[in-house]
Amino acid sequence: MEEKKRPLLEIRDLSVSFSMYSHGLEQRDLQVISDLHLKVFPGEIVAVAGSSGSGKSLLASAILGILPENAQVQGEMYYEGEKLDHDRQERLRGTEIALVPQSVAYLDPLMKVGRQADGHRKPRPIAKRKNLFRRLGLPDRTERLYPFQLSGGMARRVLVSTALITDAKLIIADEPTPGMSLKEALAALRMFREMADTGKAVILITHDIDLAFEFADRIAVFYAGTTVETAPASDFKAGPDALRHPYSKALWSALPQNGFHLIEGVQPYAGNLPKGCLFAPRCPYCTEKCKETLPPVREVRGGEVRCWREA
Amino acid sequence: MKRLNYRTKAVILAAALIVILVFLYALGSLIPESAVAGSFLEAGQPPSRKHLFGTDSLGRDLFLRTLKGMSLSLTVGFSASMISAVIAVVVGVIAATGSKRADAVINWVIDLVMSVPHTILVILISFAMGRGLKGLLIGIAATHWCSLARLIRGEVLQLRSQQYAAVSRKLGKSSGWILIHHLLPHLLPQFLIGLILMLLHAILHEAAISFLGFGLPPEQSAIGIILSESMRYLSAGMWWSAMLPGLSLVLIVLLVDRLGERLRTVLDPYSAQE
Amino acid sequence: MKLEAKKVSFRYDRKRPWVLENLELSVNEGERLALLAPSGYGKTTLAMLLAGYLRPQEGEILLDGKPLPQKGVCPVQLIYQHPEKAINPRWRLRKVLEEAGAFSEETLSSFGIEPDWLSRFPRELSGGELQRFCVARALLSGPKFLICDEISAMLDTVTQAQLWRRILEEGERQPLGMIVITHNLFLAKQVCTRGYDLEKGESIEL
Repeated sequence: MEEKKRPLLEIRDLSVSFSMYSHGLEQRDLQVISDLHLKVFPGEIVAVAGSSGSGKSLLASAILGILPENAQVQGEMYYEGEKLDHDRQERLRGTEIALVPQSVAYLDPLMKVGRQADGHRKPRPIAKRKNLFRRLGLPDRTERLYPFQLSGGMARRVLVSTALITDAKLIIADEPTPGMSLKEALAALRMFREMADTGKAVILITHDIDLAFEFADRIAVFYAGTTVETAPASDFKAGPDALRHPYSKALWSALPQNGFHLIEGVQPYAGNLPKGCLFAPRCPYCTEKCKETLPPVREVRGGEVRCWREA
Repeated sequence: MKRLNYRTKAVILAAALIVILVFLYALGSLIPESAVAGSFLEAGQPPSRKHLFGTDSLGRDLFLRTLKGMSLSLTVGFSASMISAVIAVVVGVIAATGSKRADAVINWVIDLVMSVPHTILVILISFAMGRGLKGLLIGIAATHWCSLARLIRGEVLQLRSQQYAAVSRKLGKSSGWILIHHLLPHLLPQFLIGLILMLLHAILHEAAISFLGFGLPPEQSAIGIILSESMRYLSAGMWWSAMLPGLSLVLIVLLVDRLGERLRTVLDPYSAQE
Repeated sequence: MKLEAKKVSFRYDRKRPWVLENLELSVNEGERLALLAPSGYGKTTLAMLLAGYLRPQEGEILLDGKPLPQKGVCPVQLIYQHPEKAINPRWRLRKVLEEAGAFSEETLSSFGIEPDWLSRFPRELSGGELQRFCVARALLSGPKFLICDEISAMLDTVTQAQLWRRILEEGERQPLGMIVITHNLFLAKQVCTRGYDLEKGESIEL
């Protein structure tokens, strides 16, 4: 086995904020992603899981360079060891880096889905697409349907096919599974697994963490716009004792199959983030230090975590 | 001092434009008729310090007449477009929420009105309504609501299919309640911007119809009338009698256009981001 | 109290195939029925039929033997998957709750709603927080049955557990029947008393 591979994508200290009008003419800054770290290696699936509204989808937009204009971005991103700036993002988007969008709204409502999946490629990769559709469990007639004729789950599988048909090295899938039954979701995720096994990297943004740890190699847990923990999927299968951050443990224990336990409180609002650790207000182990200073990213037992307890 | 953000600037500019327009309107309506009575001794004079825009063939001061004309244009334009915009909302809402037949009839009427050139229609209606100010107002008001009505119809159809409107019904709210609380507030931006765009059209149509002699009576100080009179004397070298009032009309239209632009910035959620 | 679907068939258009055909279903007060099916099996359509948003072409939806009232507060309330679509974006959240009727401070805390959220606009809250408002709004109207259409599918597990805990507590306080549409069998086991597989058309032991 190779010693340490070079990450395909590396994100260091990424912060994204928006200035928004709150009430009347006042503007305020919303910090939607704060000091985020993420590494993705070739051949692996990294699942980005975590609370809804924690900035997971914005991460995808940030990597592709398609954030809205009023976003301010700080931090650095590297693709194949070279800096990923705006020009490069534009060149790589759709060829080296592909996105599976979150909603049907990304499909052209006036074009039959077969054509859309083919894209502008010439000649049209019809055989490849038909094969993909079949493996995703889409009936043959699907290619002749318009987006509005698809059910939610079918539409998602069409979206998945649009990314799988490219030769991209990095695939970012933004919530590809909601609306699918377990069987369909597993089929879609199995395809991502196969893609990763051929050496591609997949970032799987999802809140179905139970599905994620069946298929992903590593899981990055998001909370309030940052990664609180990145751990091998096996740790999530092993249970809360193998995990490092209290929020990851809470996510695990709140799964219906793991007892449906809950912790109280809500994620802080992006316009009003706490000064220290973002999880401090809800953390059962919170100390003065946690309230005051943001813990740095540290390697602990083969994973990365931002928590003073794991010092 | 804190730097002003984009939206604040737009609000200030819009307010300034409204103040200028109100000021022009007030100025014109405060000038008494006696002030524009001419004296033949001063007929046909070029612009001077005493008569900024010169005088016309009857010796009336063109600056004062132009000011009165602008004020009249704003009055006619604003009343006509206000009536038109209200018609548009009522018609648009009925088309979207009423029976299928009502919708079909309204669409047919809209197509009909839009298929005839505005100017001809305004002339016909204002003629039938007895010319003068009343005829002109009705003529303009009756012809300008169509495109806004169509826009509002589409908007209401889309709003009505929103989940929150459906939920509201299941919470026992009546159609009228839903219309007032859920739908109408969403229509305010369309209404205001539509109103300003119509104001622009109405002012130009008022001037055009009066110019052609189908609108206001010739003794009125309207810009259309001034321009039409000046045509006869242009060849006599009285360039000022057409040019300066004409430019004033352009100025008013530009001011209104800018106002519409600013309002759009303030009301449009997409431009609300910097 | 009993909510039943009797030989219900539905399609959106005469030219299109049936979405549901001859469906038979019944839920009693105090029961929580999980409906499980893959996508494309008309789960959302069924939810809308049961709550009176759509009317079946054939068969009927009966509440205690009578059809659902077309006017007034509907005794069957539906909660949608996407709370941000089910709330008017221009309304402050106080008004959203008031639409369903008067409420007290206690009700707020029992739904996990912080008092200062009431003066905010929907875009300032997360999906999980908004969904609490949708649940509160539905329950404030005093329904006999609640239809939950994948209401926690977009939420993380902690938020999901919080939301369901509140609904179940509320369901115990007032006699309430529930139909829970979900693709998650584990969730169904946690929150429901029995299950029904739409695809096979048979009951499932939970």
